[in-house]
Amino acid sequence: MDKFETLTGIAAPMPLVNIDTDMIIPKQFLKTIKRSGLGKNLFDEMRYNSDGSEIADFVLNQPAYRDAQILVAGDNFGCGSSREHAPWALLDFGIRCVISTSFADIFFNNCFKNGILPVVLPQEAVDVLMEDARKGANARITVNLEEQTVTTSDGKSFGFDVDPFKKHCLINGLDDIGLTLEKVGAIDTYEAATSQSRPWV
Amino acid sequence: MSGPKTLYDKIWDAHVVQQDADGTCLLYIDRHLVHEVTSPQAFEGLRMTGRSVRAPEKTIAVPDHNVPTTEGRDKHIDNEESRIQVEALDRNARDFGINYYPVSDIRQGIVHIVGPEQGWTLPGMTVVCGDSHTATHGAFGALAHGIGTSEVEHVLATQTLIQKKSKNMKVEITGHLRPGVTAKDITLSVIGATGTAGGTGYVIEYCGQAIRDLSMEGRMTVCNMAIEGGARAGLIAPDEKTFDYVMGRPHAPKGAQWEAALAWWKTLFTDEGAHFDKVVTIRGEDIAPVVTWGTSPEDVLPITGAVPSPEDFKGGKVEAAARSLEYMGLVPGTKLTDVKIDTVFIGSCTNGRIEDLRAAAAILKGKKIAEGMRAMVVPGSGLVRAQAEEEGLAQIFIDAGFEWRLAGCSMCLAMNPDQLSPGERCAATSNRNFEGRQGRGGRTHLMSPAMAAAAAVTGHLTDVRDFL
Ligand code: SF4
Repeated sequence: MDKFETLTGIAAPMPLVNIDTDMIIPKQFLKTIKRSGLGKNLFDEMRYNSDGSEIADFVLNQPAYRDAQILVAGDNFGCGSSREHAPWALLDFGIRCVISTSFADIFFNNCFKNGILPVVLPQEAVDVLMEDARKGANARITVNLEEQTVTTSDGKSFGFDVDPFKKHCLINGLDDIGLTLEKVGAIDTYEAATSQSRPWV
Repeated sequence: MSGPKTLYDKIWDAHVVQQDADGTCLLYIDRHLVHEVTSPQAFEGLRMTGRSVRAPEKTIAVPDHNVPTTEGRDKHIDNEESRIQVEALDRNARDFGINYYPVSDIRQGIVHIVGPEQGWTLPGMTVVCGDSHTATHGAFGALAHGIGTSEVEHVLATQTLIQKKSKNMKVEITGHLRPGVTAKDITLSVIGATGTAGGTGYVIEYCGQAIRDLSMEGRMTVCNMAIEGGARAGLIAPDEKTFDYVMGRPHAPKGAQWEAALAWWKTLFTDEGAHFDKVVTIRGEDIAPVVTWGTSPEDVLPITGAVPSPEDFKGGKVEAAARSLEYMGLVPGTKLTDVKIDTVFIGSCTNGRIEDLRAAAAILKGKKIAEGMRAMVVPGSGLVRAQAEEEGLAQIFIDAGFEWRLAGCSMCLAMNPDQLSPGERCAATSNRNFEGRQGRGGRTHLMSPAMAAAAAVTGHLTDVRDFL
């Protein structure tokens, strides 16, 4: 997993609320047995016509946002299906950070496991960042995970909360499984105890 | 001494392997369900790192999401990518020695129907699966939730998850349901009341007389859609109905172990005075048969209502409602019962159990589906299918003009060939009405099996009470 320290990049505005994981990556692209290559189908049904041509209006098709690395989105981003293909598709496109007032639980967790930082901010802050994002490629937003701040191109800054363990993993690019396997002794002990107390499991 | 605990607190506490100072826990997982779509990359990860499956005996795999539901699928699957996924699951189950129900096995079906049916899901357990509707198993008083593929790999390798505890939320449905109102109407009405983000950060415990009155099938329907309300999981305290359902199932405990298990299961309820961070109360009598009109499960209205207009909403929902209405091809003010339907889909892990098929068949008995209607029933498992055939339900569906399919997820998410065409409008018993969920451009109205059956007969959205 790639480390996440500081990111300065173009932010694409997506004010729609309840953007679900079916919109982020429709199910016909879940048939892969690989993690990579999903970026071209990110937001597929909003991004392309049935004949495969681009829908010019869609934000990521506009020249200013083709290289966006940040999304500023409406409430409840990532709701719906648990598919990790959603963060895989965002990452493959180049998005490393999503900012919203709220995220669905599973999506939120999945982001951290793939080096994407989901940032939760109050509505007023998201409104300011959305305005900034609308300025296009001239406005670059800076996300500093160490300092836990998001800063607009003209210097307005907002602090955000992040779980200390998740932050630690993201900054150091750590793999959860490796960390947990260091605690294998505790798992053995738990299993030995429950084989007595709940032998039917 | 610790204070009074909720059901969630009790199950959580019994599964903490280790807790860090900041509250992050390593939580033990009792059952891990696996299907073909969200697992290949996890097994690939194990192979790449030379890791093995820690507890293959607690891991159960079944292909369901993109298997065809037509005959001959055990010999050959046409779609190459689907075939590759199913073959990958075959190989992974074999190589890692996990429990497996291939498509050729009568016990194959939707993972959330197979788990309870085979007695893998038991009260007080932690159950996870790389699928958001894992919440279904909460009907047994099991803490069950969906996980992503990285977490699937984590559970395979360590039989644990790194978790932080959610908050407690109580959803109480008081009193009794009126005739024609079902578990599906309860769960949709709760989402209608709380919104799709209303449960975010919470584990919901459903309680109250109307919940106690539900069968296990109905309770599974309610918990299934906890995730649509944003909750991490839904729970219902186990009771005699739960124990009766579990007893004698292939993987349920037997003999002395059964007695020991039962003694513990009977302690699994929320103590008097335990704290909930949020409480929602709905009167059972106030719940009507409902349908969804939009593209979010919170877009719920009683069938007696009319299509809303974007101005009826506030904030970001105004734009979302306008977009929904355009996508759904609906005009504000139209009576819901005037909305014409092209297709009916009865099935999914929400409503693909035997009781759901009985409810639909009761409406269809001796009737025919409307002219030009396409209708299909996809039983939730091979065993549900066999039972429905034995009870004569299959014949009622076939006589009415329904297609009688093999078990799988099918048109719930349309990864297999069962899909809607653009603009096609479907009355569905599944759980998601998102844009494109049942096929690109397809329009989904969610409802109970009886309501879907009624719509099949009349050709438009219909109040099932007209059939009672
Ligand atoms: S039936 Fe639908 S919701 Fe249930 S597991 Fe299958 S795809 Fe998911």
